[in-house]
Amino acid sequence: MIWNEEMECISRDDLEELQIRRLQDTVKRVYENVPYYKRKLEENNIYPEDIESLEDIKELPYTTKDDLREVYPFGMFATHRKDIIEVHTSSGTTGKPVVSGYTREDIEIWSEVMARGLTMMGVTEDDIIQNTHGYGLFTGGFGVHYGAQKIGATVIPISTGQTRRQIEIMKDFGTTVMIFTPSYGLYLSEVAEEEGHNPKKSQLKAIGFGAEMWTEEMRRELERRFNAPAFNIYGLTEIIGPGVAMECPEKDGLHIFEDHFYPEIINSKTGETLPPGKRGELVITTLTRIGMPIIRFRTKDITSINYDECSCGRTLARISRITGRVDDMLKVRGVSVFPSQVEKALLKVDGLQPHYQIIVTRPHLMDEMEVKVETSPEIFSDDIGEMMELQKKIEDYIRDEIGLRVKVTLVEPKTLPRSEGKAVRVIDKRKF
Amino acid sequence: MKVKQISIFLENKKGRLWKALNILRGAGINIRALYLADTSEFGILRLIVPDPELARKVLEENDFAVKMNEVIAVELEDKPGGLASILKILKDSQINLEYIYAFVHEKKDKAILFLKADDIDKTIKALQDSNAKILPAEEVYKL
Repeated sequence: MIWNEEMECISRDDLEELQIRRLQDTVKRVYENVPYYKRKLEENNIYPEDIESLEDIKELPYTTKDDLREVYPFGMFATHRKDIIEVHTSSGTTGKPVVSGYTREDIEIWSEVMARGLTMMGVTEDDIIQNTHGYGLFTGGFGVHYGAQKIGATVIPISTGQTRRQIEIMKDFGTTVMIFTPSYGLYLSEVAEEEGHNPKKSQLKAIGFGAEMWTEEMRRELERRFNAPAFNIYGLTEIIGPGVAMECPEKDGLHIFEDHFYPEIINSKTGETLPPGKRGELVITTLTRIGMPIIRFRTKDITSINYDECSCGRTLARISRITGRVDDMLKVRGVSVFPSQVEKALLKVDGLQPHYQIIVTRPHLMDEMEVKVETSPEIFSDDIGEMMELQKKIEDYIRDEIGLRVKVTLVEPKTLPRSEGKAVRVIDKRKF
Repeated sequence: MKVKQISIFLENKKGRLWKALNILRGAGINIRALYLADTSEFGILRLIVPDPELARKVLEENDFAVKMNEVIAVELEDKPGGLASILKILKDSQINLEYIYAFVHEKKDKAILFLKADDIDKTIKALQDSNAKILPAEEVYKL
């Protein structure tokens, strides 16, 4: 089934006509209503009337996460604050979070795109959706919630955690659709088995997962354990939240809802636009957002785009699953972590050299993060108790910075690898 | 009265202890006494050597984290109750010990106890007041 056949199966010509109209409108609105964009456009000597074709989008400046932080909290709003009916923020990154503001129209767009995606998974009003994504400032929970309600399915807004309760409810309520992160899904299936409940025998018909990097092997494993097909959900708070792109039953890329989000793939170093099929950084411009339109947002996610018509009948372009990042951001248990945050935490400890290495593993379904830190003569003490306290103190500082508990291991001075002055900071042993 | 001890940070990893000791061997430094404290992840190697300054220098040149600190060496009767009598003195003077280690002296019937306390001067005074025999540093290094 297709939720919005008119849009999802639109011809390329009609789509492009719609996109250019919407782009012109968006640029005009940000120029008139967002001082930050007005200044940026003027600095680049480009004005709303210069946008005559979709090609002209290349003349517009990029928006980065730093830009969004600079105007924290509400500086990107293109409407009166009173018209914003909901806000969300991005998860655990350095400094201030990015705030996304939604008007009633924006919530409607969000509901619409999520309804399209959930419909791709086979969700109808007959379904019972157990949404284990967190409800709160994080966009994951609400995005799924709005989409499911738009369809008219029954939502169980259980949020994250309480694993035993999740299993009990899944069984008692007869959940037909589960939404989780891949690692939480695997964990859930294990606990279910321990509890004597075979998730294979559940009435699940589909699984939606997102917020983490994953592999095809992991998807197959999830599908095997729950005996239901699993679909990838992509999104980001800066643009709207989950629902920017989603997988159809063909599972050959994620359809990006191009009538709302205009995608470009660029070479992140040169800024050059890359042709379909070439891997590069995904850049997105919102075409319909009212509360907070964003021009050419650098997602830092690496993917490629495919404009071929899909066997499912949809004409909307597809992006391949995200396989990496332009920057050094890691996703650990769904939380964004930058090595610079770890470095910042280490610098709070007097005498500690910021020589460290982050090792991420997935020993048993869940991500583990270890930080190796070099001792120095200044911080070394002959007292074991003091050394253990130091270790604990570093762990606390890192947790304050990234929001995750990690294991700190002290290592001998100058034992961490250095290559031409630039150390190998991250070893990610998880397989993506 | 105070004996210099060097402490070395070691990872709990194969070959690290050997590496530290091999550096000392290379510098011709003989070890008088040794104590290794460890946790599941790291250890602290404490050494009494004839030339602590040289030992520190060669270890630091090889990138070890080294701390120099002071301990007290007390000569004990090598018989039951020898150690207990010293500990009683410290207990009665309300001195907190960080750690101790002991080994048998080559002098017949004697043992040497190394003490690390938070207040070294107070400890020395308490031991002297009770007529315990504290060994001068030079004598310890020459053992």
